[in-house]
Amino acid sequence: MTAEVFAIEDALAQYDPVLGLEVHVELNTKSKMFCGCPTEFGAPPNTQTCPVCLGLPGALPVVNARAVESAIKIGLALNCEIAEWCRFARKNYFYPDMPKNFQTSQYDEPIAFNGWTEVVVDGETYRIEIERAHMEEDTGKSTHVGGATGRIHGASHSLVDYNRAGIPLIEIVTKTIEVAPDKAAAVARAYVSMLRDLLLALDVSDVRMDQGSLRCDANVSLKPRGSKVLGTRTETKNVNSFRSVERAVTYEITRQAAVLASGGKVLQETRHWHEDTGVTTSGREKSDADDYRYFPEPDLVPVAPSREWVEELRATLPEAPSTRRVRLQEEWGFTDLEMRDVINGNALEPIVKTVELGVSPAAAKKWWLGELARAANESGKDLADLGVGPVDVSNVQQRVDKGELNDKLARQVFDGLLKGEGSIDEIIESRGLALVSDDSALIEAIDRAIAANPDVVEKVNSGKPAAAGALIGAVMKDLRGQGDAAKVRELLNAKLGI
Amino acid sequence: MSDLIRKTAVELSELMASGEASAVEITQAHLDRIGAVDGAVHAFLHVDTEGALAQAAAVDQKRAAGEKLGPLAGVPLALKDVLTQDGVPTTAGSKMLEGWKPPYDATVVQRLKAAGVVILGKTNMDEFAMGSSTENSAYGTTHNPWDLNRIPGGSGGGSSAALAAYEAPLAIGTDTGGSIRQPGAFTGTVGVKPTYGGTSRYGLIALASSLDTPGPCARTTLDAALLHEVIAGHDPMDSTSINQPVPAVVDAARRADVAGLRIGVVKELGGEGYQPGVEARFHEAVELLTKLGAEVVEVSCPHFEYALPAYYLILPSEASSNLAKFDAMRYGLRVGDDGENSAEKVMNLTREAGFGAEVKRRIMLGTHALSSGYYDAYYGQAQKVRTLIARDFTKAYEQVDVLVSPATPTTAFAIGDRVNDPIAMYKNDLCTIPSNLAGNAAASFPCGLADEDGLPVGFHVMAPVMRDDLLYQVGGALEAALAEQWGGVLMSKAPELEVSR
Repeated sequence: MTAEVFAIEDALAQYDPVLGLEVHVELNTKSKMFCGCPTEFGAPPNTQTCPVCLGLPGALPVVNARAVESAIKIGLALNCEIAEWCRFARKNYFYPDMPKNFQTSQYDEPIAFNGWTEVVVDGETYRIEIERAHMEEDTGKSTHVGGATGRIHGASHSLVDYNRAGIPLIEIVTKTIEVAPDKAAAVARAYVSMLRDLLLALDVSDVRMDQGSLRCDANVSLKPRGSKVLGTRTETKNVNSFRSVERAVTYEITRQAAVLASGGKVLQETRHWHEDTGVTTSGREKSDADDYRYFPEPDLVPVAPSREWVEELRATLPEAPSTRRVRLQEEWGFTDLEMRDVINGNALEPIVKTVELGVSPAAAKKWWLGELARAANESGKDLADLGVGPVDVSNVQQRVDKGELNDKLARQVFDGLLKGEGSIDEIIESRGLALVSDDSALIEAIDRAIAANPDVVEKVNSGKPAAAGALIGAVMKDLRGQGDAAKVRELLNAKLGI
Repeated sequence: MSDLIRKTAVELSELMASGEASAVEITQAHLDRIGAVDGAVHAFLHVDTEGALAQAAAVDQKRAAGEKLGPLAGVPLALKDVLTQDGVPTTAGSKMLEGWKPPYDATVVQRLKAAGVVILGKTNMDEFAMGSSTENSAYGTTHNPWDLNRIPGGSGGGSSAALAAYEAPLAIGTDTGGSIRQPGAFTGTVGVKPTYGGTSRYGLIALASSLDTPGPCARTTLDAALLHEVIAGHDPMDSTSINQPVPAVVDAARRADVAGLRIGVVKELGGEGYQPGVEARFHEAVELLTKLGAEVVEVSCPHFEYALPAYYLILPSEASSNLAKFDAMRYGLRVGDDGENSAEKVMNLTREAGFGAEVKRRIMLGTHALSSGYYDAYYGQAQKVRTLIARDFTKAYEQVDVLVSPATPTTAFAIGDRVNDPIAMYKNDLCTIPSNLAGNAAASFPCGLADEDGLPVGFHVMAPVMRDDLLYQVGGALEAALAEQWGGVLMSKAPELEVSR
């Protein structure tokens, strides 16, 4: 009897993981890839459709020029070559949420290819080679009803929403990623996180992972330490958060290691990631014989972006992430170690935004890497999906700066925000968090502290002013931490004549 | 009133302009004719009596209000059932789409409506335009008005038969490998395949996207040209549509002059396998054009002999993908939806029941030709042949202005004759297919009756991309010269159809 999964350390002791990541990005164009339908998320089912995206007989696609522009920008930002001439191709397979039963995609002529990018993990920079970035259309969305897991097996029926059908997608495919085995999963996470930042900076996608506008498929295979022969890979589909990418890759490594170590074979298949249980389960068996019968899309003409246009777009690109990191570190005055913590904590973008709102870099870092990082960690969410954003952090910090809150109370405000207890004002009100800076209330508390601690007063009076600290502690305790500490010290010192 | 059905579109237009006939009267006359003869001909799958009369009445109102109307306003037309018309049943000759009413107009239909053309109804065709006889229609064969025991050609046999039976003066066809021109030849009518991209495919239920071309059908060259002008022109909804002005087809049809025109007779399209009566009429027509001042030379297009096999790889490949959308999920036929069967099972049962034998044959051929491991040998190779054929044309057009050939190797054959011999059926399109592969313009014009069977013969003219005007120049000249010989258009020699009540 062998274990179903290995401990990750045991797996990595024997096998080298090889990764490949395919990321689908929904673009934020106003209209769909091949028709004029709107792309707004969350509209009632099947209200954003037309003959083209429903695949009605006779309807024809027309390429969305803005989507091509976004694809080129993404390609350029990933240091890709941009095709001078490329075509769309049909990927043929039957599925009810695919209106034409072929997906209009790109096959051997992607718009962007041969690129690279870098990610930083634990202070180390890793280069990731990009094979291609190509344009395609999204499918509709199936909802399987009646099954226990929301999957098609066991479902009594399925509902299909074609609003998503035809939304422009860019699929970004890496070449194989082979890094230090113990960094593989973290590099995968960092890569997806980096892509998200990049896409936001390019303003080509909303990159809402919770809405599926960035979806990652992780290909994982193992090869025995030192072997040059690639193992059989699995493709874990739709891993939809940075943390899940890391967890899913780690899980697959441990699972495949157990299979291989017991003399078994890894099946080439797609696998489903289960966020709740942290495991992948077998999906559809996939073989190289899967035949999509690709051929050039005869309903569309080739896309041939002029070099002038490509250069115009290149000129609009924002600063490269690595350059930007160096610049920000300098501007913020962070040490290398501090900056590494920021990057590893995925806190760079939130801090940038918070600083933009007028908060000092140190304060922004304090909240994002402290209270909020802890909450993210506990809830298994990404910082970006926490529900508390830069505006909240800025509002809380402003109150700290004005003396309405201290750090301790601010932490409680964040706790309230995370628990959805309402606005900052409501939380302060309901939790009674307002800082007491009213002199009379403070003096009353000081008097109580002096009365209750005659021994301490004695010490102070006998020439040991440092002993007054205990009185401050008593006052703060009396005020349940809500006293303005600086004011308490000032008033107490006056009272004691020190 | 019944003589209204014998008129050309131009004549009808004049009658309306002078107030001698209204669009409603003209439409009603054609609806009556359909009622009288279509039981025997079966050109129509759906007659939109109410819609047609309403369109006609609207035209009459506009005319009464003094609005400026186009030359075809109020003229009735038969529409091939492969083009969508908002709210009107559209089947493409297949059970798969029985009862389906499209929610939108094809671009061609939009333009017809905008021009005030009255759409009488939808005409029969081979299922999804796969065939050369209408025998593959899921709704029965159309009969050739010249001999009801014969096929009218296909896939657009319904449109051409409607013209030949005087059920409509104008019709729309679509031509993927000859589906306008071959039925035109078999029924003694004019059929024009415009330059690929010269007419919009938006709303045309695709057979083979890189080949399909909607075009005009009529009993005279000028009528066809007027219709051509209405439906042609750039359409932003079709990416393959050409953004250039429509060639001056009406002027060319009116000018009808071939003096000094260089005409190339394609050496490879004739000889063995061609019916003697077809060749005889063809060569007489060539001589006639010579007398009218054309310079005629023989031209070789060596790769044309590979056109048929290349076509039967490219077409099924594209069709296998185009027809994948018929899956019972969103519209059309649905079989086996008993609440137990999976979606996949329902798809399979529906496609099994909904597609006819020829459609299945081509889906299988195309699926195979695109399969990995076969793609290069089949689809890839066929595309190379396509390039070679286009080069043959380019070279030929360096020497001559237009190319000519018989439109078909034979005249209309008997119903049932070739249904079990697909290759014989496919060979019907030997002369017409090269123009589809190269995307250039081509047309068939009546040039007489074959001696052995007394059936119409088509004269095939091919012109360079976006030189559709040259087709009409030749067709118009030929038509005028022949009319002088015959004392009228060829159609006037057609036998009278028995009118049933």
